[in-house]
Amino acid sequence: MSSFLTGRRLRGGLTGVAVAALVLTTAACGGTTRGEEESSGSGTDGAAASADPNAEIPSGLAVAFLPKQVNNPYFDVAAAGADAAVSEIEGEFTQTGPSEASASSQVSYINTLTQQGSDVILTSANDPNAICSALDQARSAGAAVVTFDSDTSPDCRDLFVNQATAEGIAQSQVDIMAEQIGGAGQVAILSATANATNQNAWIELMEQYAAEQYPEMEIVATVYGDDEDEKSFQETQGLLQTYPELEGIISPTTVGIAAAARYLSGSEYKGRVALTGLGTPNQLREYVEDGTVQAFALWNPEELGYLAAHAGAALAAGRITGQEGETFEAGELGEYTIGADGVVVLGEPTVFTADNIGEFDF
Amino acid sequence: MAVDTTPQSPVAGSAAGGGRAPRRPLTLPSGSVITTFLVLFLVVASVAVEGFASTRNAGFLLLDVVVIALIALPLTLIVVTGEIDLSVASTVGLSSAVMGKLWFAGLPLETIIPVVLVLGGVLGAVNGLLVTRLGLPSLAVTIGTLAFYRGLAFVVLGDQAVADFPRAWTTWAISGIGATGVPVVVVPLLVLVAITAVALHATPIGRSLYAMGNSEDAARFSGIDVARTKFWLFVAAGVISALGGVYWTLRYGSARADNATGLELQVVAAILLGGVSIFGGSGGLLGVLAGALLLASVRNALQLVNVPADVLNIVTGALLIVAVVAPQVTAELRRRRPRGRPAAA
Repeated sequence: MSSFLTGRRLRGGLTGVAVAALVLTTAACGGTTRGEEESSGSGTDGAAASADPNAEIPSGLAVAFLPKQVNNPYFDVAAAGADAAVSEIEGEFTQTGPSEASASSQVSYINTLTQQGSDVILTSANDPNAICSALDQARSAGAAVVTFDSDTSPDCRDLFVNQATAEGIAQSQVDIMAEQIGGAGQVAILSATANATNQNAWIELMEQYAAEQYPEMEIVATVYGDDEDEKSFQETQGLLQTYPELEGIISPTTVGIAAAARYLSGSEYKGRVALTGLGTPNQLREYVEDGTVQAFALWNPEELGYLAAHAGAALAAGRITGQEGETFEAGELGEYTIGADGVVVLGEPTVFTADNIGEFDF
Repeated sequence: MAVDTTPQSPVAGSAAGGGRAPRRPLTLPSGSVITTFLVLFLVVASVAVEGFASTRNAGFLLLDVVVIALIALPLTLIVVTGEIDLSVASTVGLSSAVMGKLWFAGLPLETIIPVVLVLGGVLGAVNGLLVTRLGLPSLAVTIGTLAFYRGLAFVVLGDQAVADFPRAWTTWAISGIGATGVPVVVVPLLVLVAITAVALHATPIGRSLYAMGNSEDAARFSGIDVARTKFWLFVAAGVISALGGVYWTLRYGSARADNATGLELQVVAAILLGGVSIFGGSGGLLGVLAGALLLASVRNALQLVNVPADVLNIVTGALLIVAVVAPQVTAELRRRRPRGRPAAA
């Protein structure tokens, strides 16, 4: 009896909770579907104040650096660059950020920066949308927001400092390879996954550029290591067996190039087959030292942070507003021009060789 | 049928009519200790931390607490009965992923939300059936579904994000009541808090939950349908977690499979900090809400004084250990003392 009662009452209570929840969440209008109400933009800018290229950068600007996560070597290097730029403009640099790189984890840190009254927020977004509303609040509280490395939706920030263009990435790798193999011979590409958007864009641009600039160079195959060390290793092995005449391998992914370097350095092909691509100095140091890899490329995260900080300072000072065509000085890096959608491109990737690899630690 | 998940036998007071008048040891004291601590902390932080005491910061802080407090409601009831549900955050993630998938497919939100809530109920029912019908320990079951539901979320949405939710909904999710800074979602949350508080502290159902937590056998002998009650608690946890998933998605404007990863630990932390015994049978809702607010306030205040994330984790971890260890130590001291008076009147 009592148990029956308990069960029924409980169930009644739970249904009540569920119904209440339902009513509360669906209290809005009827039938909201995708695409019927495209966001017409938050309209925060538009009638933005005009830029004054000669405005003073106020001293003591509070510049906050918010990476995807803390304790990440790549972002630590970028932070060092930003810190250097902030001391040039006599601002105050702080680094903050979550310990895990999840979509939402940056939000409370952005909120804290808003509350602290930061003048400039430099951030690399874990998710292009999850931090948008927090950034909106920061901007309406007066902060200039510059994204770098990973962008948000363009209407959530003032500027995006892009590390490199797809063309720049593709061309520098083909140029490095051509230099090593004398501009002629069979070359293969070791990519990440078959449907990785950025990889495929780069590969297409590499093929075009190679065909135009180095007609003697033949790209014979593209294989996919799925950004897994083991698979990339095996694909490298397979390439060398399938194409005995192979002169070089380009791997535009950090996992791929490291796996390929490991295979080559322990094989008879070491020094005979050239290897280049996108990698980090720490990952490839030993292979550069043992001669497996002569040169590889990546943007320099220190310059990326440095440029982002200068861009943020120029915004905060009112030298620029983020409109296309405006220009600003970025210290040692010189003058930059804002492109479409508020994007500033860092420039050509940095090429790492035995001569300069010792200067980099990331 | 259900296994005995409370190995420690009731020490004192399990007299003949056990369960008839279940003890509520420490309910009030533990809740009031943590609440006092919260109030003290808020006062100190308001004075000592620049920017802490402001309407904007209160809004930020409450937004961080909403989902934790929401899920803590059903989970507190579950913990009081001596069980646990660690799959709640994965249910949030799976709900978010399904919500994104259905939205992308063109369904209206007014249809998606009920569907997702029902899905949450089903996910909770799976936990409930495994625990009550098969008699498996809830810790093992929900560690399993923690991984399983998160895995399903990735099957549904992969590493994609669906983000084009209507701006009216996403701004509502973070908007405040007038100029107070208090988020509007606090109102429906308080309604649910009130319902849960009444159910736990002022009804026979609530008392039966404590009875189960103290001694499942005694509860069963006194006529409580333990299995059925626990089953519906797991269903409730599923539905509420799904609601949390809907809100999480709108709040961040982004449906992702990895949303709310690790949130279950924050919810459990709030519950334990709030003075609910992990072995069941004691604790109250007031303490849990204070626990959730205290954890969030400490993080918020430390962030404002630029304490790095790693140190934050150490501080919250230490707080939790203290909260769990302190009652054990005092209980042990009391037991060693020759025949002290029983805990509560």
